[in-house]
Amino acid sequence: MSAVLELRNITKRFGPLLANDDVSLSLAQGEILALLGENGAGKTTLMNILFGHYAADAGEVRVHGQPLPPGKPRAAIDVGVGMVHQHFTLAGNLTVLENVMLGSEPMRRLRSARGAARARLMTISQRFGLPVNPDVKVSRLSVGERQRVEILKALYRDARILILDEPTAVLAKPEAEQLFETLRGMTEGGLSLIFISHKLQEVMAASDRVAVLRGGKMVAERTTSNTSPEELAELMVGRRVDRPMRHAHAIGGPVLTAEDITVTKDGETRLEDASFRVHAGEILGIVGVSGNGQATLGALLSGLVHPASGKLTLEGRDVAHLGPRGLIRAGVARVPEDRHAEGVVGEMSVWENAVLERLRSASFSARGFVRQRAARAHAAALIQRFDVRGATPETRVRLLSGGNMQKLILGRCLATGPKFILANQPTRGLDEGAIAAVHEELLAARAEGAAILLITEELDEALALSDRLQAIVKGRLSRPVDVEAADARRIGLMMAGMWGQDDAA
Amino acid sequence: MMRLERRENVPLTVVAAAPLAAILAALVLAAGLIAAAGVNPLAAYGQMLKGALGSRLSVTEMLTRATPLILTGLAAAVAFRARLWNIGGEGQFFVGALVTAWIGHSLGLPGPLGIAVLMVCGMAAGALLLAGPAFVKLRFGVDEVVTTLLLNFIVILFVGMMIEGPLRDPLAFGWPQSVPVDKAYRLPDLIAGTRLHVGLLVAIAAAGVVWLVLARTVFGVETRAAGLNARAAAFAGISLPRTIMGVALLSGALAGLAGSIEVMGVTGGVTTTMSPGFGYAGIVVAMLAALHPAGVVAAAVFVATVFVGADAMSRATGVPSFIADVIVALSLLTMLVALLFTTYRIRR
Amino acid sequence: MTDALEILLNTSLWAAVLRIATPLIFGVLGEVLCERAGVLNLGIEGIMTMGAMAGWLTVFLGGDLWTGLAVAAASGALIGLLHAMLTVPLGLSQHVSGLGITLFASALSYYLYRLIVVVGETPPTIVAFQPVPIPLLSEIPFLGAILFTQTPPTYLALIAVAVLAYVLARTPLGLAIRMAGESPQAVEAQGLDPIAIRIGAVVVGSALMGVGGAFLTTAAFNSFFPEMVQGRGWICIALVVFSGWRPGKALLGALLFAFFDAYQLRLQTVIEGVPYQIFLMAPYVLSIVALIAVSRRAEVPEALMAPYRRGER
Repeated sequence: MSAVLELRNITKRFGPLLANDDVSLSLAQGEILALLGENGAGKTTLMNILFGHYAADAGEVRVHGQPLPPGKPRAAIDVGVGMVHQHFTLAGNLTVLENVMLGSEPMRRLRSARGAARARLMTISQRFGLPVNPDVKVSRLSVGERQRVEILKALYRDARILILDEPTAVLAKPEAEQLFETLRGMTEGGLSLIFISHKLQEVMAASDRVAVLRGGKMVAERTTSNTSPEELAELMVGRRVDRPMRHAHAIGGPVLTAEDITVTKDGETRLEDASFRVHAGEILGIVGVSGNGQATLGALLSGLVHPASGKLTLEGRDVAHLGPRGLIRAGVARVPEDRHAEGVVGEMSVWENAVLERLRSASFSARGFVRQRAARAHAAALIQRFDVRGATPETRVRLLSGGNMQKLILGRCLATGPKFILANQPTRGLDEGAIAAVHEELLAARAEGAAILLITEELDEALALSDRLQAIVKGRLSRPVDVEAADARRIGLMMAGMWGQDDAA
Repeated sequence: MMRLERRENVPLTVVAAAPLAAILAALVLAAGLIAAAGVNPLAAYGQMLKGALGSRLSVTEMLTRATPLILTGLAAAVAFRARLWNIGGEGQFFVGALVTAWIGHSLGLPGPLGIAVLMVCGMAAGALLLAGPAFVKLRFGVDEVVTTLLLNFIVILFVGMMIEGPLRDPLAFGWPQSVPVDKAYRLPDLIAGTRLHVGLLVAIAAAGVVWLVLARTVFGVETRAAGLNARAAAFAGISLPRTIMGVALLSGALAGLAGSIEVMGVTGGVTTTMSPGFGYAGIVVAMLAALHPAGVVAAAVFVATVFVGADAMSRATGVPSFIADVIVALSLLTMLVALLFTTYRIRR
Repeated sequence: MTDALEILLNTSLWAAVLRIATPLIFGVLGEVLCERAGVLNLGIEGIMTMGAMAGWLTVFLGGDLWTGLAVAAASGALIGLLHAMLTVPLGLSQHVSGLGITLFASALSYYLYRLIVVVGETPPTIVAFQPVPIPLLSEIPFLGAILFTQTPPTYLALIAVAVLAYVLARTPLGLAIRMAGESPQAVEAQGLDPIAIRIGAVVVGSALMGVGGAFLTTAAFNSFFPEMVQGRGWICIALVVFSGWRPGKALLGALLFAFFDAYQLRLQTVIEGVPYQIFLMAPYVLSIVALIAVSRRAEVPEALMAPYRRGER
């Protein structure tokens, strides 16, 4: 089989960071290649170079034997390369048709040929089994529907080589399986595919070949049928990183109780009749595919939104209408979903970020003035105790790596000995080493008697850390299930919304 | 293809050099315009320096001019740090001035006490004026750029209406002006025989206070956080509405104080022409100072030098004095670019 | 009271509405184009001032009126290019850059004017655009005197509204512009250059603003003096929000505002005892009120004011 695509010796630097180090890769006609690696391995950078979002510092890309001019998405599109981005490149305020049509007509044309474009879109939509309504604004679509539009965009431009970046990150298991079926059908129709993933099961099930990236280097290529998840895991991480184990222990009384909580925003119900109870010394895992209400649940427990109805109590005290400051004072610690956007102020120093939440307490301020020495000392202690590398109290937080930033955030939460911890996607975007560190801290806090609510999209993580699990689908929570009684299959079904009447919470 | 790459750390030398490079670039660009007038730019700049700094009298004139600029510069710096685009410094200046002349005309308190009271009144007026747009921004999401700007026009018309009506000075002939503030509340001269008054000390003290507040208080840290990453600040429990409103009150108060001091120290009353754009120039001052209170004093001196020097230069060479406005405006733009280079470096 | 209402029946009022609206129409259209592409252009007040000066000066120095408009457009475009370069490829603060541009363009125009024109007791004048009645249509009673007996630049403004509305809604270029203001990432992912699109939109938008300024000195009045734009540029910024970033509604907003301005002017002669400043204040107060009223439902272009830096981590 001839190679339709070749990447030769691609190297790319961002400042001191070497994202891709002399990487070579090839894709054969009609093949599905999986690009595997942990977070930060350089997979997305490599594909961005292929598509032209970045230009490589060295190396070249060849499509059908012809070199591709670097740094121009237009060149890639013109030779039939299409990309389905992890974070969709769609404009919410415009319609599906407009998003798909953009760039397909010459600019000098005096009138857009909408009718023809609509017809063409519907033909492609039907042919590949990706139904859409062309005249709906993208902002009104569900995440799964938006992904369909993102794929159709590429197919509309006659893509013969399709790159998909973490395509199942936003899909439930059944939808993910449906997607791969569709993709397999496409290859039978002449397309060649690369998909990026960090999920071993998916890679094993859906690909013909696997290429493994680690630390910016291509470390291995395997034919999928000739390898195993264990081998891939070891290739991906390069050493044995054992994630810490949870040990069963006695669970205390209830700390945080939520009863029939409903949260609405802009007229839409984001969380409906949600009930859960977290006990001292327990981790309650809330699993679900992204976009099902996790953000709202996180905001609720962070004090940023308040319930329209229902009760929220902390050790018997009503906390439903407390803001972030009130919750912090009541002994609630929160690890936010998005550390860059919400967790830290990047341009401020480590010590300022370390005490920002607690500035008004007597420990760090006196009569309106900041007690800088105390704050700096506290930051130094955090850096020491939680192994935050590359940081001094004066360092600008922006310069820390994702893992170290997360350790700092976790550290500032845990240092106060909180009663309740909200851990919202605590290991998103982290490499294996950082993930292990975060898990260790959470388990240590659990051992000390903290009540922890873990919101996560990674089933493995939920199963490893939680004492009990609840699934979240479309803003509703399932009944809690003891982790011993749960198996991956049952939880997978719950995450897809398939729970029996007796499972509903 | 060139692109910008974020610097990991910014050496202090680069930060300090930025305003100097910006000013130099502005002067070079303006030199072209001076040459277009048929005048040697170097000679013109020489005249400008002489006009502003050449004699004891001219230096005092320059410092007199710098006094309100320090305060309006502080007002802009405080607001911009929190991403509150207060373009209304001009209007806040005028309400501070108006209130000072109005109340100060017949206050009846002993001198120093009266001065203090009038300053507070001026600050309150400025603060209240900016509180309106701030409230409307917080409650309705209305962009404060337009509201503060339009208020400037409204305020100046209002001032004109007042000094042609209820606050008219019956003893003034010709140009309408307000009733004068009581002589007891005129600020004493700093240097006898010149227009330089103790208001300069007040302005510098204000810079010190602002620095202290921004660098050392909880409010200052929260303001910075809110300006740099509003979402993270909210997550940390910082009340954005309270912080923004606090910033607005402080910023408006500073600009109002500028007007109050100008009345008590220089003009004695209010006219519609008493501000040659102090509010707008304050924005340039703030940017040249990279929003640092200490830098504001230096930047105000620069801008005042340009304005005072340009008058003299214009008389000596015939170059239109508008060149001062051109240089100041150019400095703002060049400073923006210079600040860019403190954050990024160019990579191929 | 009846005097106040009688003014409404006067054709001269409504003809004035269109005349007063013209620079606003150009200004709002120009700003709509900039903001739809994702760039806030606070330089509008300065650009209109520059256009006013440049257009007038061209005629004063011997050019014909149309050349004057062309020069005004070109000067607007050049200043717009400066703003575009600072805010788009360099990604500098659109607020601060715009303010700097207004200060710079205003100062520059006053400087050049003073340099070239000898100022005596009264500012020198030129022969401005005269109203050109459109054959047949201008004979229609009432409407004819209002709509079809205007100066050529006013007709141009009305045509510009239609052209911009069409381009934005129905052409590939218009779609690209709208997309650049909603999601530059989406634009890049489809093989287009969001930076070039934004720069182009700002340049053309600024050219329109320049023409709007020139109307003041070549049609509405016939001389130039400092501060003559009087905040019209800022009012246009408010009108853009009021118009929901749509050319058709922008026309409506400009006409509405111009109506209040024209009415206020005539009311002054009819209503006694009220200081004239109150009347002059009315348009500005109105703009603020209108802004507040519409802000809740404003559908802002999503990527407005967000700088787009390629390949930044």
